[in-house]
Amino acid sequence: MTRLHVDRERCAGAGMCVLTVPEVFDQDDRDGRVVVRSDTAAADPSAMRDAVTLCPSHALSLRDDP
Amino acid sequence: MARAARTAQKGKTMTSEPLTFPFTRTSLFDPPQEILDLRAERPIARVRFADGREGWLATRRSTIREVLADPRFSARQELRNSGFATTLDIPPARPGQFISMDPPDHTRYRHLLAGQFTVRRMRRLAAHIEEIAEEHLDRMAAAEPPVDLVRAYAAPIPALVISDLLGVPRDYRERFTQEIVSMSRIDASPEEKVQAQANVAGYLGELVRRKRAEPADDLLGGLLSDGDLTDEEVTNIGFLLLGGGFDTTANVLGLGVLALLLDPAQIPVITDPETVENAVEELLRYLPIVPGTVRAALEDVEIEGVRVRAGESVMVSIPEGNRDPGRFADPDTLDLTRSAAGHISFGHGVHQCIGQQLARVELRVGFPALFRRFPTLRLAVPPEEVPLRDDMVIYGVRELPVTWSAR
Repeated sequence: MTRLHVDRERCAGAGMCVLTVPEVFDQDDRDGRVVVRSDTAAADPSAMRDAVTLCPSHALSLRDDP
Repeated sequence: MARAARTAQKGKTMTSEPLTFPFTRTSLFDPPQEILDLRAERPIARVRFADGREGWLATRRSTIREVLADPRFSARQELRNSGFATTLDIPPARPGQFISMDPPDHTRYRHLLAGQFTVRRMRRLAAHIEEIAEEHLDRMAAAEPPVDLVRAYAAPIPALVISDLLGVPRDYRERFTQEIVSMSRIDASPEEKVQAQANVAGYLGELVRRKRAEPADDLLGGLLSDGDLTDEEVTNIGFLLLGGGFDTTANVLGLGVLALLLDPAQIPVITDPETVENAVEELLRYLPIVPGTVRAALEDVEIEGVRVRAGESVMVSIPEGNRDPGRFADPDTLDLTRSAAGHISFGHGVHQCIGQQLARVELRVGFPALFRRFPTLRLAVPPEEVPLRDDMVIYGVRELPVTWSAR
């Protein structure tokens, strides 16, 4: 199964993920960094892939569980 | 293109002189043809900057994204060629000038600010932006057409929105008209730019000192009370945010209205709340407002088959990247119904525009409000007589004379 991996250290708070999949992503009001607000399993896989490639600081990745 | 023709053209380009920046625009909405020609065959080419030094120009979307996301390419202004400046010695960033810093210095400022510009916070500004837009539309409606849409609408809206957000007096833009022009003219002398910056920084510094003494409920006030930032840092941050918030969005509005008045069949797509968000993304993709940005290689980097040497600058051409046929079908056509996701108008990498979510909300409010109020809006002069900002770093229309029919 594919899982979303979030590297908050890399996140630059641009908001591209929130723009792309608003039902999954949000931003922390203090530093703008990504917050995952819901289970990603129900999200549209193609929108999730877009969120990953559009992230300007490569903070998101989709990984297959071993 | 036929194989023979392509080979011939490639041969020609390989042996010719480097391109010379700035390039000459030949059409209203398209990036200069000499670099559009490059995109099919060479994603990165030699270029001569305005100071005579040589470097590289990246034109393909994927190459541009690679350069902007690679930490081996630095944003430090003392290392990179500005493209425009005629002086060779640019000092390192002053405290707070985060756009000219690399991580980790950049990261600290970015995190302090990014929380102020989140998607959610910016969406909450929509009602305030709508109020400002409607006020300006009321004034336009009360005036006798023709009016200059830049002065009446496109320029003041983003200026008032960012001034209110930061807590800068609303007359800031009028007060510094001359300085703002001096800082954004392509051919401004280094002395002229330095003087203009000093005038604005002096004024902002005074404002920040007053806010330090009397805490204010605005962005600058928040930075002063929350962080461990000095007055100088807050002043320089305020300078960057104001500069970023003025001419960019204003010119998307101005040039965008021109594009739509020349193709009015597309206007219903942007006035429809169901499709406005995507329509705005397509205008952001299509309009060549910001020519690009520059990075300096910190070490030798191999990219697209060339070796960029340590110390060399790479200019990335944002408008060409947005016309990449590998990403966007029929890229030189404005089509408000296409998916424009993935455009690079706000850049890429950790420096991607911090105000982009504000710009989006301004544009999603500004375009529909105008066309709803004035359904008969049209150009008051032939398109070839619209004065362009060909001498400014940020492209767009200098004036946009428009008229409409009385109801």
